[in-house]
Amino acid sequence: MFSMERENLLQNFEDNWVTDRGAWFAGERVVLRGKDLLNGLFDQSWMSIWLFSITGRLLTEEQVEFWSRMWVICASFPEPRLWNNRVAALTGTARSTAALAIGAATAVSEAKTYGRQADVGAYIFITQVKGLIDSGASLGEILQKQVKNKHEVPMGFGRPIISVDERIPPVRRLAEEFGVKDGEHYKLALGIDRWFVENRYRLRLNVGGISAALAADAGFSVREYNMIATVAFSAGMIACYGDAVSKPTGSFFPLRCERVNYEGTCSRKWEN
Amino acid sequence: MSKKKEVIRTKIWKETPEPDNPFAAAVCECAGFDVYGDLLGKVSWIEYLYLLFKLEPPTKEQAKLFEGIAVAIANPGPRDLSVRAAMNGGVGGSTSASCLMGALAPGAGQYGGARELYLAMLLWEKCDKSLDKWMATLTDYEKDGPIEVWPDIEHIPGFDPYGKSCSRPIIKTLQYLSCLANNGALEWLKVHREELETVTGSPIAMTGVAAAAFVDLGFTADQGEMLFLLLRLPGAAAHALEQKEYGWRNYPFFADGLTLQNDPGPSQKS
Repeated sequence: MFSMERENLLQNFEDNWVTDRGAWFAGERVVLRGKDLLNGLFDQSWMSIWLFSITGRLLTEEQVEFWSRMWVICASFPEPRLWNNRVAALTGTARSTAALAIGAATAVSEAKTYGRQADVGAYIFITQVKGLIDSGASLGEILQKQVKNKHEVPMGFGRPIISVDERIPPVRRLAEEFGVKDGEHYKLALGIDRWFVENRYRLRLNVGGISAALAADAGFSVREYNMIATVAFSAGMIACYGDAVSKPTGSFFPLRCERVNYEGTCSRKWEN
Repeated sequence: MSKKKEVIRTKIWKETPEPDNPFAAAVCECAGFDVYGDLLGKVSWIEYLYLLFKLEPPTKEQAKLFEGIAVAIANPGPRDLSVRAAMNGGVGGSTSASCLMGALAPGAGQYGGARELYLAMLLWEKCDKSLDKWMATLTDYEKDGPIEVWPDIEHIPGFDPYGKSCSRPIIKTLQYLSCLANNGALEWLKVHREELETVTGSPIAMTGVAAAAFVDLGFTADQGEMLFLLLRLPGAAAHALEQKEYGWRNYPFFADGLTLQNDPGPSQKS
């Protein structure tokens, strides 16, 4: 872990950034991962460039389209009460800027109960279960152990507020349409969901779980998947910001003083 | 009958509305103290900050220690990664908030940032003041837990992976702060610093000293992480504003510093 040659490392990097990711040749051209962005990648969609930038692989048009449409289903909720979107709406109602709204709400989306931490957890869970099954364990054994010993909800299953995820049927339709329904992780995610139903656990597959399974089947590593998803919620957020900024100043769910329910120490005097 | 309204539960803050406006507070209490009727003019900023987090006033010694570490980390200087990020906002004429958000992103990191401090505080939770435990943990340091959104950490938290010897600002901070907390983590760290540095092969970093200070102040690792983020922002803000004045022409661009390994060259297409 700490075997890195540290002696003189900083000196060696001084004014010396060697990269294969890209560069701007001022007034001339831009190179992204060894390709001329303004010519060689001229016909690519933004989503294709996003995936290429992260993975170094130019995906097929069909694969790019699939992930683009996944984001429409999974991540474009214009619901200002959701916690990350609420940051965007609060930014709008406070008459702050669009970029601050999206930047802050995107950072907030790195949450545990939803969003990026949940994505990573779901990916780890589904790939670990797959690994255990590949080494001979039964799904029932694995899941019994998970829910009984760990006393925590496996990432990718269950959901705050409501247990059913309305995004699962359209994602399944999309998986059918794009011919990715036979992926090992995808089938396993549906199998786990079935097991929870049959064994009467209120842990239904959520969109984070099915998306992580599809990402694993697509060959994205967990780090790639984490980076790919960072801006997935943007379309919903910007709607919330735009809505709030177009309505009267400070009007987004205002709170009167009595809505602050104090349950702390009684009134007292400060002694110097 | 109207549905009961949802409320924000808090042990920190109480408000009494103005008689003519339910949305304006007449009295605000923090942990039971009237902020504008009692605290203002009596309490120092650092005492108030302590009160907000701990819900009890600090002792004089705690306030002095808290103020000491706050001064020590307020400005890591313009070479620090978080301050550099803030200055990049400044030179381009970005919004002030984006400069601070810029500072927070690297300032949150596991190399010199708040996550490193958090992990260092976890080491204190695990090892306390047992040299044997520290030696065993540092000899074979592995961060617990599964893969997460944080990248893998590549050095032992609280130590400077590129340091040759413990730098003077760190030693001076440790010496000063350890005098303010009797028999605490800071004092223990001062006594055993060199032993720990020998086993890690790296000198103590400011994150290591700050972690010990926050342990002595009784803060949790979560509180320490948040405070480290907050207390390092003053320098980032001041440097960002300064660079905004100087502008991008006076700021390093590393014009000759980048080497592209896979340049396809100018396109044939006109």
